[in-house]
Amino acid sequence: MTMQKISMALAALVLSSGSAFAADHCAAGKTISDGVLTIATGNPAYYPWVMDDAPESGAGFEAAVAYAVAGAMGFAKEDVVWARAGFDESIQPGAKNFDFNMQQFSITEAREAVIDFSDPYYSASMAVLVRQSTVDAGATATLASLKGLKWGAVASTTALPVVTEIIVPSASPLLYDDNTNVVEAMKAGQIDAALFDLPTALYLSAVVLDDGALLGQFPADSTESPDQFGMLMEDGSALRACVNEALGEITSNGTLAAIEAEWLQETTGVPVIK
Amino acid sequence: MKLRLENLQKSFGTNHVLRGLSLDVAEGECICLIGSSGSGKSTVLRTINLLEPLDDGAIYLDGVDIAEPGLDPQPIRQRIGIVFQSFNLFPHMTAAGNVRLAPRRLGRASGAALNEQVGALFETFGLSQHMDHYPDQLSGGQQQRVAVIRALAMRPEIMLFDEVTSALDPELVGEVLDVMHRLRSERMTMIVATHEMAFAAEAADRVAMLDQGRIVEIGKAREVLTNPREQRTRDFLRLDRTA
Amino acid sequence: MTRRQKYEADLRRRAGIKAGLSTAAVLLAIAILVPMAPGWPAVKKSFFNAEIFLKTFPGLLEAFVLDVAIFLWSVPLIAALGLGLALMRDAQSPGLMPLRLAAIGFIDVFRGVPVILVIFLIGFGIPGLGLPRPYNSPYIWGTVALVLTYSAYVAEIFRSGIESVHTSQRSAATSLGLSHGDVMRYVVLPQAIRRVVPANMNMLIALQKDVALLSFIGPVEILRQAGVYKSLMANFTPYVGAALIFLAVTIPATRFADYLLNRQRRARS
Repeated sequence: MTMQKISMALAALVLSSGSAFAADHCAAGKTISDGVLTIATGNPAYYPWVMDDAPESGAGFEAAVAYAVAGAMGFAKEDVVWARAGFDESIQPGAKNFDFNMQQFSITEAREAVIDFSDPYYSASMAVLVRQSTVDAGATATLASLKGLKWGAVASTTALPVVTEIIVPSASPLLYDDNTNVVEAMKAGQIDAALFDLPTALYLSAVVLDDGALLGQFPADSTESPDQFGMLMEDGSALRACVNEALGEITSNGTLAAIEAEWLQETTGVPVIK
Repeated sequence: MKLRLENLQKSFGTNHVLRGLSLDVAEGECICLIGSSGSGKSTVLRTINLLEPLDDGAIYLDGVDIAEPGLDPQPIRQRIGIVFQSFNLFPHMTAAGNVRLAPRRLGRASGAALNEQVGALFETFGLSQHMDHYPDQLSGGQQQRVAVIRALAMRPEIMLFDEVTSALDPELVGEVLDVMHRLRSERMTMIVATHEMAFAAEAADRVAMLDQGRIVEIGKAREVLTNPREQRTRDFLRLDRTA
Repeated sequence: MTRRQKYEADLRRRAGIKAGLSTAAVLLAIAILVPMAPGWPAVKKSFFNAEIFLKTFPGLLEAFVLDVAIFLWSVPLIAALGLGLALMRDAQSPGLMPLRLAAIGFIDVFRGVPVILVIFLIGFGIPGLGLPRPYNSPYIWGTVALVLTYSAYVAEIFRSGIESVHTSQRSAATSLGLSHGDVMRYVVLPQAIRRVVPANMNMLIALQKDVALLSFIGPVEILRQAGVYKSLMANFTPYVGAALIFLAVTIPATRFADYLLNRQRRARS
C-alpha cells in the first residue's frame, strides 16, 4: 500500500513538472515519453521522403509532414524526437519505441490486424524504373511490353503484388531487401525493371542510377487497393485518434497539399501504363 | 660389391645422427645392424631407400651413386624393398590390394598376370587365406608378412628390414623371422636392423655394431656377438641380455 | 538373468522413468506457463497462426526446392575445389611455391570474410563488370560465392585429414617407388577423406542453411518466400514454417553426422 502511494505521488510529480503543453490536449499522457513525441523513420531514410537522412531538419516530404502533424497535435519542434526502426521490428506485435513510424508503410488489411495505421497521408502511384538501355531496346509503357522484362522488387513492399498480379511477367521476379540492392542488380544487368512508389523511383533514376529512366506509372487508383502510406503505430494505440485529428487538420487547411507540392512536384510527367 | 655406403652424414637439426658411416654389402649377403635405439640404424636404412636425403656421403648401388642430388629417386626405390617397424600396410586396402598397388601403378604387371603373381607370393608365404582380409583383420605378425610380400612384389635387389619384430607380441615374432630366414636361404641381399640377437647369430653373414652414427665394430656374426673386440659392443650386448 | 543383470536392468528402468517424468514435467510447465504470459495471444496470432501456416506451407516447400537445387550443385564443386586447395597447400616442391601461396591466400581471405559479403561482392560485382545474360545470373554467381567460401573451410578440413595420416604410411608408399601423386591419390587421400567425413557433414549442414543467403541478391528461395508472405500478411508464421522445413532436413543430417563421428571414435579406440 505504502509503495503504491509513493509511486503514484511520484508519477503526479513528474506529470506536473514535465508537461510542456496543456493537459487537456488529446496527446496528453499518451506518448511513450511524456511531453515528447517520438517519431521513427527508416535507417537510413531516403530522398525525397527525408533529405540527407536528417529528419530533424524537417526537409523532405515525410519529415515535413511529421512536423506539421506534431504541430497540429500541440508539440513544439523541439519536443519532437526522432528514432530509427527497421521494417521487421515495426510490424512485430508488442510495445514500440516510437509513437508513430513514417517510412512509406503501405496500409494493408493484413497489416492492420497486428498494428495500427493512421489515415493515409499520401497516395502513391507505382512507377517502373529501368535503365536507358532497356528503353533503347524497345520497352514501352504497355503491359504487353512489361511482361517480357526481367523484374525485380523489394520483397517487403506492396510493389511485389503489383508485379506478380498485374504485370505477371513471363520470368519470375527476383526479390531484394532494399532499394540499393535492387539498383545494384539492375546495374549488374540481372534485372531489367523494378517497381517502386513514384517518388522513390524518381529519386533512384535521378540520383542513384547513372542511366536511370522511368518507363511509366500505374496511377494510384489503377488498382483495387491503391498504395496509400499511413503512419504506423502500436496495435490499439491511444494516440491514433489524436494523430488522425491532426492529419485531418493539415489536410483541410491545405498544409499537406503544399508539402506534397514542395517535395514531390516531379511526380507528374511520367507516362501512364496502358 | 652390391652396395657401398661411403661416409654417410645426416643431422636432424642439432642431432647428428650419422657421423661418417661406411659399409660394404656384397651380393647375396645378409648384414645385421645392432646397437641401442638412437644409434642410427633406422636412419641408415631410410637413407638407402632415399626416404631421407643425405647431408653428405655417397651410396653406390652396383657402382652408381644413387644419393647423387638430382637423380629421380623413384626407379631406385623400386630396386630396394623396405619393411618398417609398424604402420606398414594401407588400412583401406585388402592384403592383396596392398601388394598389387605398386606393381600395377608402376606398370610391372596388370590384370590376370598380376593376380597370378600376387597369388603365388601369398601361397609361398602361407597367407593365401588372408588375401582378401583388411589389415585390421590380420594379426601383427600376418601384417608384417604381408608387408614383406608387398616389398617382394616389386622384385627388389635388396631388402631392408627396420626392427620389423619390435612392435610384435612375442608369440608372433617367430613367423616373421621365418619369412626372413626363407629370404636368406634364397640368397636375397639383406640389411636387417634388429634386436633379435638369436636371429643375427643364425642368419647374418656379418654383424655391424652401430654407436652414435658410426659402425664401431663389424665382423662375422659369431665373433661380434660372442667375442666382441670393442668395449662399446660388450656393454651393449650385456645390457641387451639383462634387459 | 543373473541377480546382477536383474539389478542393472532395474536401475536402467528406474532411470528411464525418472528421465521421462522430468522431461514431461518441463514440457508441461512450458505448455502451461507460456500461454499464461500476458503477450501470448498476440505472439500466438503472429507466430503460430494455423490458418496462415496452412496457406503458406505449400509455397514454402516449393521455394525450398530451389535451396535444395543450389545445395546439390554446390556440393560437388565445393568438394572438388576444397580438395584442390588442400593439395595445393600441401605442395612440397619449391617450384610449386606460387601455387601454395595462392592457396594459403585464398583460404585466408575466404575464411576471414563473412559469407554474405562474398555473396554481395561476387553476386553483384562480377556481373556488374558487364557480363551478358545468362552469364550474369545471380544463381551462378551466388553459387560461386558459396563455393569459394565453403571450399576454403573444406580445404582446411581436408588438410587436417591429410596431416592426420601417419607419416609412416607415406614412407611405406614412397619406399615402393610410387610417385608423389600416386602416394597422395592411392594411399593418403582415401584415408584422409574417410576421416574427415563427419567434419564435412557439419559443413554441409551449415551450407544448407547458408544457401538461404543467396536470397539477398535476388533468388526467391524459402527464406525470401517466407519474408514475402510475412510482409503480405503481416505475420511471422511463414518463418516458423520455413524453420520447420529446415529442421526436417538438418536434424536428421546432424544425427547422421554424430553417428558417423561416434562410429569413427569407436573404430579408433
